[in-house]
Amino acid sequence: MQKLLDKDGNVLSEDPWQIMPRGFDGMLNSDHMLVPVQYWLDTLPDSDANSVCNDQHASGIWLDSDIELEPLADHISTWDCIGIHFQTFMDGRGFSLARLLREQYNYRGELRAFGNIIPDQFYYLARCGFDTFLLEDYSPDFDPLPYLNNFTVSYQGSVDQPQPLFRRRT
Amino acid sequence: MYIYDHHDKTLLRERVTQFRRQTESFLAGDLAEDEFLPLRLQNGLYIQRLAPMLRINIPYGMLSSNQLRKLAHITRTYDKGYAHFTTRQNIQLNWPQLEEVPDILAELAEVDMHAIQSSGNCIRNITSDEFAGISTDETEDPRPWCEIIRQWSTLHPEFAFLPRKFKIAVTGSEGDRAATQVHDIGLQLVKGPSSEIGFQVLVGGGMGRTPVIGTVIKNFLPAVHLLTYLEAILRVYNRYGRRDNKYKARIKILVKAWTPEVFTQKVEEEWLRAKNGPATLTDTEIARAKSFFTAPAYEKNTDCPDQLTMPEQPVAFTRWCDRNVKQHKTPGYCAVFLSLKPTGVAPGDVTEQQLESIAELADNYSFGEVRVTHQQNVVLADVKQKDLPALWVEAKKMGFATPNVGTLTDMICCPGGDFCSLANAKSIPVAEAIQRCFDDMDYLYDIGDVSLNISGCMNACGHHHIGNIGILGVDKKGLEFYQIQLGGSAGSDAALGSVLGPSFFASEVPEVIAKILQVYVDHRIDGERFFDTQRRIGITPFKECIYAKAA
Ligand code: SF4
Repeated sequence: MQKLLDKDGNVLSEDPWQIMPRGFDGMLNSDHMLVPVQYWLDTLPDSDANSVCNDQHASGIWLDSDIELEPLADHISTWDCIGIHFQTFMDGRGFSLARLLREQYNYRGELRAFGNIIPDQFYYLARCGFDTFLLEDYSPDFDPLPYLNNFTVSYQGSVDQPQPLFRRRT
Repeated sequence: MYIYDHHDKTLLRERVTQFRRQTESFLAGDLAEDEFLPLRLQNGLYIQRLAPMLRINIPYGMLSSNQLRKLAHITRTYDKGYAHFTTRQNIQLNWPQLEEVPDILAELAEVDMHAIQSSGNCIRNITSDEFAGISTDETEDPRPWCEIIRQWSTLHPEFAFLPRKFKIAVTGSEGDRAATQVHDIGLQLVKGPSSEIGFQVLVGGGMGRTPVIGTVIKNFLPAVHLLTYLEAILRVYNRYGRRDNKYKARIKILVKAWTPEVFTQKVEEEWLRAKNGPATLTDTEIARAKSFFTAPAYEKNTDCPDQLTMPEQPVAFTRWCDRNVKQHKTPGYCAVFLSLKPTGVAPGDVTEQQLESIAELADNYSFGEVRVTHQQNVVLADVKQKDLPALWVEAKKMGFATPNVGTLTDMICCPGGDFCSLANAKSIPVAEAIQRCFDDMDYLYDIGDVSLNISGCMNACGHHHIGNIGILGVDKKGLEFYQIQLGGSAGSDAALGSVLGPSFFASEVPEVIAKILQVYVDHRIDGERFFDTQRRIGITPFKECIYAKAA
């Protein structure tokens, strides 16, 4: 069963976002559709793309891990939710993207990891700036806390704690 | 030596808890094999041909006698009573039980040791020069910087799923003993225009299938920017390194594909965004790191006779001094190699008793510390010269005084087909056959410095590309053959060897080596080392001699 968790280990009963599949080209019928970034670009109000035309513009997008962020720079802060899709949990590019979004583009909205991720990555994902994780097969007796609370010490700075230990060591 | 405080200790304990949970859920069937795989690898645990193999980090090669005793205890309790020093300053256990690995890690944590990131697609153990802090050609002690990098890279949340493994080496000396030119990142401590400390940064060196000498991408990086710059390199690699083909996934392939200029440009852009950020080193942190690597309490005026002699066995002692004792920057002191290469023992293998013995020698002669080398030996770094005769007698008794350091039989050898599931061919028996064939010490001294490195397959764990003589195990239709290379070097004159010609059966290898050495003897000019002669005359005379048709 699919389930949404947040970085504090809460299991969220409702997912406000509906993740639209790759290649989606339909109409937006809610403002909580997480659309592939290409759809968003194609339907930009000022773009000449005429394939789709909507009154409403999506407020959340999702990205593949090989995306370049620079072309999106002007829009990043306008989104309420950005999903990063993990094709496989061995693909570490999403960790860098998350930090870039948070640290370079000052993105403050929800950052979500989905696709093939494993609970043993929750801690690193949270450290890199993700807020939510969408688990594909979640069992009701699964307890995410040991995965998130395992460590109380980290050496290097990251999104959750920008100051490295050497600036905090007492 | 770096001393763990409560932060460091807590982190290690938490890591053990984490790995215990991972192992237990795997054994209970709750964690799938393919998900457990990268997790156990990030804790140094391989599943080998015969059993699991656990690789334990020895950061930049430093070990205390306390840690040695713990390693001895672990090999006794959880393994078959011996361990193996690798070519990257790690130590491996070949027979641990998976269920017991969490206990082993808990024991290691008691002495501030761990296996974090000793394998897997992440930043590996940071390696350095075994003579750090004591050599006469040193610009700056690399160890504080290694420790700073070790901490930064440990459990780095962004770089745990890189395209491929990532190795960093640091040297502070001109005579690069850390093989920095064949690492993913090589850092060479240098002085800037007003004598401030910084790094020359090399990227994209490496061995394996596609051996490459690293390229300098920054001539002078001020030391405070070390971590922000490393982070920029790693981020560029993490985002753009190839992930579709594991043989093309190392950073060297990216640097080549983009050209070093483009790669450098990309790193600079990334770096400029994070430069001066919180990861910028502070004076306090640099001073703190340095405070752990100060000189031990050397005795002043250790009057040492000019000529140390051992009345009973003068020649043997002198030879040992010639080969196994090295110069120290402090008058009256020297560094002593304990050779782990006696004939008949796999290079780098140590028994639990030997680990205890090394600890004892360290306590008695060298302030309780040793260093392990990437040539798979152990160094007592701070020995009083006047203690040499006594040390020699003890080292001999313990089997560490084979006076062959730097000679042909001081070879580097990977575990090969006897242990490693990736091997094309065995490597240890070939090493042993060579040691048996060249057991005449007079001959070995006459030949002098020559490095011979053996790998059991293209993964090159035995560093065959950078051996003056390199031997590579290859598989041809299920039969084991050995390809021989000449011209490699690991030092500041780093070079990759070239293949001599068609490969040989194991039984032919010692004879081929003998012919190679004969060509050297015939061509050398007074005082010339094997490598220099070979470089001067090229590979052709060797080819001609070895592949000459019987008349
Ligand atoms: S070089 Fe090959 S055979 Fe030798 S240890 Fe490495 S992977 Fe195994």
